[in-house]
Amino acid sequence: MEKEDDKSDRRKFLKLGALAGGVVLLGSAIGKAVSLDSTKETGEKVKVLTADGKLMEVDGCNMKHPAAVKLTNQEMRKGIEGKKFVMVIDLAKCANARKCVEGCQKMHHKQAPTEWIKVKRMQDAESLTPYWMPQPCFHCDNPPCTKVCPVDATFKREDGLVMIDNERCIGCRFCMAACPYNSRSFNWSEPIIPQGMEAAEYSIEKSFPAKIGTVEKCDFCPDMAREGKLPDCVTACPNGTIFYGDQNEDTVTNGDQTFRLKELLTNRSGYRYLEELGTEPRVYYLPPVNRDFPFENDTIVHNTEDYKII
Amino acid sequence: MKHAEIILTPEQQSMRREELRADILRPLQKISFLGKLWIAFLVVIILIGGYAYIQQLKHGLIVTGLRDYATWGIYISNFVFFVAISLVGALISSVLRLTNFTWYRPLTRIAEIIAVAGVVWAGLIIIIDMGRPDRILNLFLHPRIQSPILWDVVVISTYLTTSVLLLYLPLLPGIAICRDRLTDKPKWQRWMYKFLALGWTGTPDQWKIMKKSITILCVVIIPLAISIHTVTSWLFATTLRPGWDSTNFGPYFVAGAFLAGTGCVIIGMYVFRKVYSLEKYLTDAHFGYMAKLLVFLAFVYAYFNINEYFIPYYKMRGPEARLLTDLFSGQFAGLYWSAQILGMALPAVLLMFKSMRKPLPVTLIAIPVVVFAWVKRYLIVTPILLHPYLPIQNAPASWMNYFPSWIEIEIVAASLAGVLLIITLFSRFFPIISIWETLENEGIELDELDELNNTKNEKA
Repeated sequence: MEKEDDKSDRRKFLKLGALAGGVVLLGSAIGKAVSLDSTKETGEKVKVLTADGKLMEVDGCNMKHPAAVKLTNQEMRKGIEGKKFVMVIDLAKCANARKCVEGCQKMHHKQAPTEWIKVKRMQDAESLTPYWMPQPCFHCDNPPCTKVCPVDATFKREDGLVMIDNERCIGCRFCMAACPYNSRSFNWSEPIIPQGMEAAEYSIEKSFPAKIGTVEKCDFCPDMAREGKLPDCVTACPNGTIFYGDQNEDTVTNGDQTFRLKELLTNRSGYRYLEELGTEPRVYYLPPVNRDFPFENDTIVHNTEDYKII
Repeated sequence: MKHAEIILTPEQQSMRREELRADILRPLQKISFLGKLWIAFLVVIILIGGYAYIQQLKHGLIVTGLRDYATWGIYISNFVFFVAISLVGALISSVLRLTNFTWYRPLTRIAEIIAVAGVVWAGLIIIIDMGRPDRILNLFLHPRIQSPILWDVVVISTYLTTSVLLLYLPLLPGIAICRDRLTDKPKWQRWMYKFLALGWTGTPDQWKIMKKSITILCVVIIPLAISIHTVTSWLFATTLRPGWDSTNFGPYFVAGAFLAGTGCVIIGMYVFRKVYSLEKYLTDAHFGYMAKLLVFLAFVYAYFNINEYFIPYYKMRGPEARLLTDLFSGQFAGLYWSAQILGMALPAVLLMFKSMRKPLPVTLIAIPVVVFAWVKRYLIVTPILLHPYLPIQNAPASWMNYFPSWIEIEIVAASLAGVLLIITLFSRFFPIISIWETLENEGIELDELDELNNTKNEKA
């Protein structure tokens, strides 16, 4: 019963053409969410995308900044209600600019050599042309990593995200061994925290501040999603390679272009990497056909800088 | 074999008892200079390892050679090795007992103490591998029963308890003899014997309870021993990684464990025989039997190895092919073929010759079996991690390969020394050969033995 109520509530919500989070908000509206409460009209119009894929204008008074509620650990373990986060990576657009890697490192205060999103040179066979493949955590629906965690420090949320509680992780690294994609990194030494942020309180959704001796990885930036913002890997890409969105809402966006998820995957023959492993990734790839760029081998060796050994 | 062919007169029996006790208590009387030096040597290695571990606690696992790809290294292979050798306790004292063999009886205690020492250090080394040992209580505060690590915690602690009991219960009469005979020892030691003997006087009731308990433990320990190593193999087999994703892993690990443990017992037998002059009890025949057991186990292990490596090799399936090529002819080929040939094939072939089944050659053959058993566990852990599905690119040189750091080597050396120290100290405080089991094997009545013992006590 409860579930149905949830659903019908959501439909009503969708019909009203108002959605929080993954909604595409244009221009100045980014960073705001739409609320149902109607107050005095301000005259300021904001464009939003409706559930059936139409752009419409609503009055600014319907937008409000989400209240800065401090989330409890339990809420962060549960996830954002009604969401199913998803990513689509268009391999035809990737030119190995590596801006996603840098953007992610900057946003999450990570230093080389740790990369939560990697860009790999892939070549499926010798007779085939290579392509570049950005690889974040796949946030699998059948995650091999959360299964093996002995203390529930890494877990699957209702919004599809696989998260880590760095205050609980015991550092056994079984999840790293279990992840067939090597998406996970380890804090081998005391993490470097930027000046002035030392006192920051730990947040699962921010994956910050990092803790020595614990595992970490790409978290799909749910803290940004709560604010209606896109992850930095999406916005940093100069070619719009990475699309981020919500499966329930059936939309994904790279900030410039917005697509219906189902249509995009159908029209562009979307696939998931190593589907046969049965991990059910939440990251889809669009094959590198009709490429925006010819493949060019990278002449620079990236990420050679090692940890500073104490 | 069960009873000596010649029936001994009561006088002869009592002489034999006295002789046996004297022989077996002799190593407990006085430690030679070399014996002390050996203990000091082990303690120094452990202290160096302790210092290395403090460094690791201080700076984090950065001090190891481990990085994001090779995230498990020699700590984990050492863990698997220790679990492996601990299985021999169950094999020697339980499987052979329940199958009505009797020749093994003077070896039970050696096998059991190897088992206990191995499983104690297996538990310690896994904590050393943890990034946050300070959070170990989370295993009990937030346990997740789906995780093979939790299964491992359960079976290892149960196996340790059972192994300690299986070591301790048959030792009760021995401790009682120590209590009664070693009266010139320091006060704490006499107190320890008195405390540990649990008031053993050798009444028929005590014998009955003890023997019954041992039989129960022997039955219980077989599924436990198989579980402990099968679960350890599942730490790998429950993942999707090419090379670990194998249904063969459980029996493959158990078979390898029996082989490695048997090698350890042979080395232990040889050392105790030489150092404690136990030639009369650890006879050439025992080495002969153990050699034959080793041959048998090597063949069983070879069977699982063929299934584990050559069937995937026949298919050469994508990601697994890269791993197998690296093992068979790549960077790990030297270690791989040494482990397979020197650690398994050659010992099996050599020990098929009767002339090789003498104490010294058997021991010399058992040494590579044990050494390469360790190497094999390294080959099971690390090369697989270095051959993931996705190619390793854009990573610092230290991530592309794994070589253990000095800190890791020192800690692993300390853990090996720790196993040897437990065995050494045990054999300095308790009889390393079960007196009553040996006597029973020779057809000498046990009740008399302790009646005699009791009257002596009363006199004293």
